Amino acid sequence: MLAYTIRRLLILIPVLLGMTIITFSIVHLIPGNPAQVILGETATEEAIQNLEENLGLNEPKVVQYGIYMADLLQGDLGTSLKTKASISEEILPKLAATAELTIFAMIFAIVIGVNAGIISAWKQNSWFDFFAMVFALIGVSMPIFWLALMEQWLFAQELGWLPSSGRESSRDPIDPITHFYVLDSILHMDFERLFVSLKHLVLPSIALGTIPMAIIARMTRSSMLEVMKSDYIRTVRAKGSGQFLLIYKHALRNATIPVLTVIGLQTGVLLGGAILTETIFSWPGIGRYVYDAITYRDYPVIQSGILVIAFIFVLINLIVDLLYAYVDPRIKY
Amino acid sequence: MKKFSFLFIMLLSFMLILAACNDESGETEEPSDDETGEQESGTDSESESESESEEADAEEGEQVLVFGRGGDSESLDFASTTDGESSRVTKQIYESLLDFDKESFEVVPGLAHDWEVSDDGLTYTFYLEEGVKFHDGTDFNAEAVKTNFERWADPEHEYAFTEEGYTYAIYGTMFGGFKGDEDHVIDEINVVNDHEIEFVLKQPLGFFLQNMAMSYFAITSPAALEEYGPAINENPVGTGPFKFESWTRDDQIVLEKNEDYWKEGLPKLDRVIFEVIPDNSARLIALRSGELDIMDGLNPDDADIVEQEEGIDLYTRAENNFGYLGFNTQKAPLDNKKLRQAINHAVDREAIADALYNGYAVPAKNPVPPSYLGYNDEVEGYEYDLEKAQELLAEAGYADGLEIDLWTMPVARPYMPDPETVAEIIQADLSQIGITVNIVREEWAPYLEKTSNGEQEMFMLGWSGTNGDPDYFLSSLLHGDNVGEGNRTFYENEEVNELLDQAKVSIDQDERADLYKQAQVLISEDSPMVTLVHSRPVLAAASYVENYVPHPSTSESLAEVELSN
Repeated sequence: MLAYTIRRLLILIPVLLGMTIITFSIVHLIPGNPAQVILGETATEEAIQNLEENLGLNEPKVVQYGIYMADLLQGDLGTSLKTKASISEEILPKLAATAELTIFAMIFAIVIGVNAGIISAWKQNSWFDFFAMVFALIGVSMPIFWLALMEQWLFAQELGWLPSSGRESSRDPIDPITHFYVLDSILHMDFERLFVSLKHLVLPSIALGTIPMAIIARMTRSSMLEVMKSDYIRTVRAKGSGQFLLIYKHALRNATIPVLTVIGLQTGVLLGGAILTETIFSWPGIGRYVYDAITYRDYPVIQSGILVIAFIFVLINLIVDLLYAYVDPRIKY
Repeated sequence: MKKFSFLFIMLLSFMLILAACNDESGETEEPSDDETGEQESGTDSESESESESEEADAEEGEQVLVFGRGGDSESLDFASTTDGESSRVTKQIYESLLDFDKESFEVVPGLAHDWEVSDDGLTYTFYLEEGVKFHDGTDFNAEAVKTNFERWADPEHEYAFTEEGYTYAIYGTMFGGFKGDEDHVIDEINVVNDHEIEFVLKQPLGFFLQNMAMSYFAITSPAALEEYGPAINENPVGTGPFKFESWTRDDQIVLEKNEDYWKEGLPKLDRVIFEVIPDNSARLIALRSGELDIMDGLNPDDADIVEQEEGIDLYTRAENNFGYLGFNTQKAPLDNKKLRQAINHAVDREAIADALYNGYAVPAKNPVPPSYLGYNDEVEGYEYDLEKAQELLAEAGYADGLEIDLWTMPVARPYMPDPETVAEIIQADLSQIGITVNIVREEWAPYLEKTSNGEQEMFMLGWSGTNGDPDYFLSSLLHGDNVGEGNRTFYENEEVNELLDQAKVSIDQDERADLYKQAQVLISEDSPMVTLVHSRPVLAAASYVENYVPHPSTSESLAEVELSN
């Protein structure tokens, strides 16, 4: 197990190196001169040249890559062209914002998805099964921006129950410590703000969690159905074990592996930043950070942002792999 | 696994309970912090009375305004960026020597209460307000003004921060370049005494005073430049009505009232918060649900509904831009004037104003906004007249029609919110007189580069004003010296150049107006472009917001704004 973990970690190195080359090349393949884009249609020839020089864009690409890698190895993700601030510093609050949203979206997706899948499998072909699966199908195919706008319209505008955007009350901001606002307000022992942060999380979590929820529900159902047909379940049943115990103790554990894979992949996807959700709910996360950087041709931010996202994705896959062994001890490495 | 799912179910129930709770139950509790009594929005009004706190700044009636906008500021160092979202905020923190009138570009006193211009137009003397202090407590004086101007003009200046990537492009544009450049107009800056400063110019500049009123040329505390260095863009220190408090990138910028503001009784608000909500529809919902008090960037399509809505008022900004369909006047076939005129008659501007702006735009006949100095209302322009277009087309030698490429912009701009639709309207219009239009699409950077090289036939672009002077439109877009830069129609008319040059150096505003009027007549006749529309941006604010006046430059001071209950 330990050897396997170490081996997996070592494989990360060439993967990440490859990532840097790919992101660097892709970013520099975007047509057009960033200095021109930054200064816009009113720029003079001279201003463009000055800016190019200042940004080091007139160096050969190989030299630019070399400088980038040298900085990266020292833990320096570069400096944003737009804000002139250090990316390592800028990216942390955004990562925290995205992570917080992802955690709540995944809690929503897993709790509802797994349970709906189980009940559907348990009561196969019942009306619940039928409705749950139709609902899951709708969930998978739902345009997120539409769902998000409908949520805002109903819960913020018409009913006024929940805030429509942002992470906190803009009139009464939280003093950030970890940039996980739920955690921060607990650390401040400020339960009123905790309540406000949680309220801000509800709508975006549902919007973001709907697709994973639907996928998880369908995956759980089919996986459970398969397990339920197996011999050992018949044995447990013959033993006279209660239904609840049967399902949640004996069947679910064996049905978990494919579900876990899906959960891992989906978490990775969400952590990569959900541009649509983050834009509509004006959630200052990493997806919007990178997207804004793309429109501005902020090369260092695009490179480092994508690299960080890729790194997290790889890391989550690693964690999922390790979890397999925990959930199913029969898996050996 | 059972334990896990038990945990999940607990979490789920917890979330459901939270979701079911309504506002009142949570917010009537005694506030645990000094800032919790501030909610002013409609839905919270009931609970507000119960959340009084002993702290002075949390008293009921504290005036907090939340301004919703589409994007974050790039930098709070105004002169090193041309970003409108930046100057919208710095306008509150900083002040310039002069200022613009509330609704127009008329120059009024700012940090200078008076000024004199020598007869030859080469010396400007400004008399500065006395007793004004920067937010850091240091004195505002003539020396501070000089430091700021030298910082922008001289890349070698200790506060220029050239190494850190600071450039002051807007200074170069407005004052003809930088220190050492031939066309740089400011020759020297003399501090006469603490409250009197003199600018000596190399040659007269007709819009020097307008420049001094731009929010891009406001005065930063030299002590702060020393203290923060290149981090000045995140630590702005000015003399304005509001002090910088905090900035969470892509989220919000918080400004506090400047208690020692030099203008008696201002500002009215205690706090201003600029909140980023990228999506226009989501921003409108936030305004309706009371999370915002003012929102910028309303969709023109929503304007009619908002206008009739109770509790929300609709505002418009005066036109300060225009979009155009440009012709490459030095390349066949559009080097043919009759052809250009024919196309000009065939484009239906009204249809564009309706389709894209829901009527919140005026058809343009001159390449300068109507409220500007020297706008020539007597120019006839090109009315939508297909017969006339056909005639001119025949005269141009294209009675059987022809094929032309039209380059369409890949990005939306206030003067062109939906370039693709405009291109399609033009395509349909021109097909009626037998011209086949091929729409060409390019990425934004190559688009700008290639139109600057003259590779295009017809293309779309526009221009937005900054200092309210016609020179910024007419010279930048149509002077022969600016070919390849602002001038992408490659239009060169000696007579027009002459008129624009004269107007640029004259300091007699009546004379300037007259010269610009003459230039517009010639330009209209030559038809280097189809001037499409001047857009009139719409925004919305809650009805309890008072004294809010949107400025055409998109940056307005919020000093006089207050909230009624």
